[in-house]
Amino acid sequence: MRKGTVGANALRKEGPDKLTGAARYIDDYDIPGALFGVTVRSPGPRGRIKDVRFDLAFPWDQCVIATAKDIPGKNAVHLLGDDQPLLADGVVNHALEPILLIAHADRATAWRALEHVHVDLEPLEPVLTMEDSLSQKQVVWGLDNVFKDITIVKGDAQAALAEAPVVVEGEYRVPHQEQAYIENQGMAAWFEDGTLVVMGSLQCPYYVHKALQPLFALPPEKVRVIHAVTGGGFGGKEEYPNMIGGHAALLALKAKKPVKMVYDRTEDMLATTKRHPAVVRHRTGLTKDGKLLAQEVDIVMDGGAYMTLSPVVLSRGILHASGPYECPNVSFRARAVATNTPPNGAFRGFGAPQTLFAVELHWEKIAAVLKKDSIALRRLNALRPGSTMATGQVLKDSVSAVQVLDTVVKKSAWAKTRQAHARWNKDPKKPTWRGLGLSLVHHGGGFTGNGEVYLKSRAGVSIDRKGSVKVLAGSTEMGQGASSTLAQIVADALGLPYDSVSVERPDTANVPDSGPTVASRTTMVVGGLLKRAAEDLKLALAKHGGSAKRLCGDALERRFLAEYERAPGMSFDDKTYKGDAYATYGYGALAVELEVDKATWETRLLRVVTAQDVGKAVNPRVVEGQIVGGTVQGLGWALLEQCVYKAGVMQNPRLTDYVIPTALDVPDVEALIVENPFPGGPFGAKGVGEMPMDLPGPAVAAAVLAATGLFLPFLPLTPERIQAAADAAQAEKELVS
Amino acid sequence: MKLTVNGKKRSYAGLPFKRLLDVLREDFGLTGTKEGCGEGECGACTVLVDGEPVNSCLVPVGQMEGAQVETVESLASAKKLSRLQSAFLEKGGAQCGICTPGMLMAAEAHRRAGGKKTRQAVCTAVSGNLCRCTGYKHIVDSVMAALKGRK
Amino acid sequence: MRFLRARTPEEALRLAEKHPDAKPLAGGTDLMVAWNAGRLDGKTMLDLSPLKAWARISPAKDGADVGALVTHARLMRHPEVLKFWPLLAEACGTVGGPQIQARGTLGGNIANASPAGDPFPPLAVYEARVRLVHAGGRRELAFLDVFAGVKKTHLAPGELIESVHLPHPPKPSRQLFRKIGTRAAQAISKTMMAGLLWLERDGAVREVRFALGSMAPTVKRLHAAEEFLRGRRLDRPTVDKAVELLAADVSPIDDVRSTRAYRLRAAQNVFRGFLEGRLGRS
Repeated sequence: MRKGTVGANALRKEGPDKLTGAARYIDDYDIPGALFGVTVRSPGPRGRIKDVRFDLAFPWDQCVIATAKDIPGKNAVHLLGDDQPLLADGVVNHALEPILLIAHADRATAWRALEHVHVDLEPLEPVLTMEDSLSQKQVVWGLDNVFKDITIVKGDAQAALAEAPVVVEGEYRVPHQEQAYIENQGMAAWFEDGTLVVMGSLQCPYYVHKALQPLFALPPEKVRVIHAVTGGGFGGKEEYPNMIGGHAALLALKAKKPVKMVYDRTEDMLATTKRHPAVVRHRTGLTKDGKLLAQEVDIVMDGGAYMTLSPVVLSRGILHASGPYECPNVSFRARAVATNTPPNGAFRGFGAPQTLFAVELHWEKIAAVLKKDSIALRRLNALRPGSTMATGQVLKDSVSAVQVLDTVVKKSAWAKTRQAHARWNKDPKKPTWRGLGLSLVHHGGGFTGNGEVYLKSRAGVSIDRKGSVKVLAGSTEMGQGASSTLAQIVADALGLPYDSVSVERPDTANVPDSGPTVASRTTMVVGGLLKRAAEDLKLALAKHGGSAKRLCGDALERRFLAEYERAPGMSFDDKTYKGDAYATYGYGALAVELEVDKATWETRLLRVVTAQDVGKAVNPRVVEGQIVGGTVQGLGWALLEQCVYKAGVMQNPRLTDYVIPTALDVPDVEALIVENPFPGGPFGAKGVGEMPMDLPGPAVAAAVLAATGLFLPFLPLTPERIQAAADAAQAEKELVS
Repeated sequence: MKLTVNGKKRSYAGLPFKRLLDVLREDFGLTGTKEGCGEGECGACTVLVDGEPVNSCLVPVGQMEGAQVETVESLASAKKLSRLQSAFLEKGGAQCGICTPGMLMAAEAHRRAGGKKTRQAVCTAVSGNLCRCTGYKHIVDSVMAALKGRK
Repeated sequence: MRFLRARTPEEALRLAEKHPDAKPLAGGTDLMVAWNAGRLDGKTMLDLSPLKAWARISPAKDGADVGALVTHARLMRHPEVLKFWPLLAEACGTVGGPQIQARGTLGGNIANASPAGDPFPPLAVYEARVRLVHAGGRRELAFLDVFAGVKKTHLAPGELIESVHLPHPPKPSRQLFRKIGTRAAQAISKTMMAGLLWLERDGAVREVRFALGSMAPTVKRLHAAEEFLRGRRLDRPTVDKAVELLAADVSPIDDVRSTRAYRLRAAQNVFRGFLEGRLGRS
């Protein structure tokens, strides 16, 4: 039998184009006659728009200007709440909120126009913190500032905590994070025989397709969305393209010409979505041996001014709040609240990194109270086959918490390294303190709860008369390796060589809606659909004696589509949060070895080791790329990245001042791929896209604790914050003695 | 004014203060060179000027009179990837691809300057290029592989 | 926007005299950021980049003259610079990334007068002199006297930086350059320092020079601490006092990159480490 391509490092389909400069990102398209569009934004965090003044000196007759009044349909960016206007009409609820749009044939002139428009606001008192939002200092959204309130209850946590021999409490805070894809947001739009066509940098063509219909009062067949090569997404191009796509389309409608909009870095950082900041409080009851008796967790996330995807971010957050551990009594509450800051949204991990940071670092606190090793405590409580989760979901297959934990403990030479550090840290001549920290997580693959059922994703394959096979899916390549991975799955399902399978460009006129390219679902869910479709094709081919020509008959091509069906026996109740929250989970562990400079509190990463169970690595190099890349993004969040806000406006919206890691900031991440197949995934594959982001934060905080003795329940752990904590601890010590 | 781009003589008659990046992309149609930040921080717009890596977003074209400019489009010969490009393809050095042209040109400068074949030296050579996808490991693997093949 | 291009030093001086408000342009790594942000609209630029005569490193009596257009990339690799002014070479290697080093020039960096100019603390402790030229003649300023404030110099209209004179320092007993940046590379400093120390045979301080960047509107020498240390042995009370005196010469602030407290504490710790012989090299 021919050796398959699944499990091999097949080369990226789009690789050569990206390496020669031939790949076309949205700004690389020279669209004949296109104008360039820019956005006038709110100068303040909350207020009534009193006046918009245009300097007389500017040649406005050369410009096309669009306002909310020009929107033919409903002025709402369609998502979960439909509460966010495409353009503010009368009031603004966050700084940088779009108010009107300007297009000009010359890009530089369009940018310059922004300096000649002045928005006068009658300021209203804004709510800028989660605390002020919860206390309803002002009600700025709905009746109570709360976008979503979720509760998960299992057993009786209160009673268990009252009786528990040991109770440990902790409060954990994590900040915003900017996706910092290197390609800024950009979209182009035009009308073609009454059809609105939008092309750009995006993750989810069908999200944009759905959002444009109500805005422009167009039926689905009159809207077409095309994917351009996309320079990174990380969630940042999940829902925001609805907004910029709507803007470009509105200008195109008004101008009766194509319009391109591409943000510059500062606008992108100021105005587009970020990771939700969160405060997570734990009360944990344990036996003296460290067995979990009860987990009480309260989660608050800052959603910003509009709902965007906050309810589902919150949902994934609360569903990961337990960490990969079994606990008999659980009481979780999670709320996403409104503030007058730019809306937060999807970002790799989607709520889970926030809650996993808390539960993982909390083990260090518990370990200190119990005077036990935190790794032993994790192992004692870790999920195993047969474990029951907070939602009542009973785990069956592919449960690898203990396996990944043991793999990392072994590979990092845990005990030996810690002993070496103890010696090092005792020596006053050494310029640094060293520490080793670890984290262990699970991460649900695919949409939460019934999400996949509602999506009804469809994907498939086509074959033409010559026998060329194409992957048909709305799932996009944004660097994560979807193209090669999906083609590998199809090739092996058909028994064809990898090179004979190509991937159709995502275009709503030409590919089915395979659901959004998010949630670690593309390989596992869409790959599964493609495998089924390819198997159907294979059967059909066999029926025609293997002849594509005979199979196609009179048609140019034949298409085989598969639609999502939930695995038998799975169920989830959206109201009570009972049931199977995810079809399966990935499991990951990571150890960070670092040192902290005694003079400057600068941290230096010495070694990063991680093991992650992905079920089956369809393309090990792609999987490693996801693990290493996600880990470094997580290390950035843990150590470097900080959005500084003043009056609801980011003060450092530049790559100079919002600092992401360079090649010299990180060691080579050692990624060990664990394969514990999931029977429900294609060739056993589970998701991997998001999990790497969950791990570095708590591991880094644990390593800093090990090095310095400072328990710092927040991120990022900048030298400034370590210094402030060290000085405070020193002052306290002096006060006591 | 006259300059050489990818071995071809070019003339340019527009504003001297236009950014080299924009002249390459708009006037010469060489859109392989990307813009990521517009302030010399991300390195996506890296090209070689007289063999040295520079951020083309920070160069007014007026300074390029008589200069030799090389962009990512110059690396491959007709239908064949260069050794460096092949290494990036095989070792996974390109993911989303937006930093790739700049990354390749920074690495190419290092290769041509006879830079050291250590991981530390390669990391230093690409330390002016931000990548958000790869975590850099596969990029460094790619450059190392290309350097190993060097005499 | 006017773009003037000087092909010879004479032409440069003539153009500078005729257009005293023109912004001199060298590598462009700072000016172009301002240009891209629209902050130079309507200004006249005087491009000096073709001036080969100002792009040389030449030996001079008791030292070397570094032309204003010498790039950081050349300085960091130049054998003479590495031998006599290693702190300057090291500092040039921390400027931006390789692309900025290849394009940015020493003269341009000085003219830009950022409080965070990486080569400034070394130039301050090497007591460099900056040669200024205008159509009417030349003058020389001590390096520290060039700066008037954040992004401000004492250059007169029409005056250009021609070169920087580096005097040979006597071989120091200890020297140090340390940049504490926002990350490991391609970073702007939160604080940075350069130090030179000469000890007598009995351990007393013959001479000490220590300069800090990003700690005040301009680069600062620690005059109070230096004066206090001269002639003293570096015992614990002396070092304590010197470290305390550091604050007298600087005025760090809170900004998006760091905090006042951190800058001060980190600088004091490194200064202490330098005086105690734990940091720096001989």
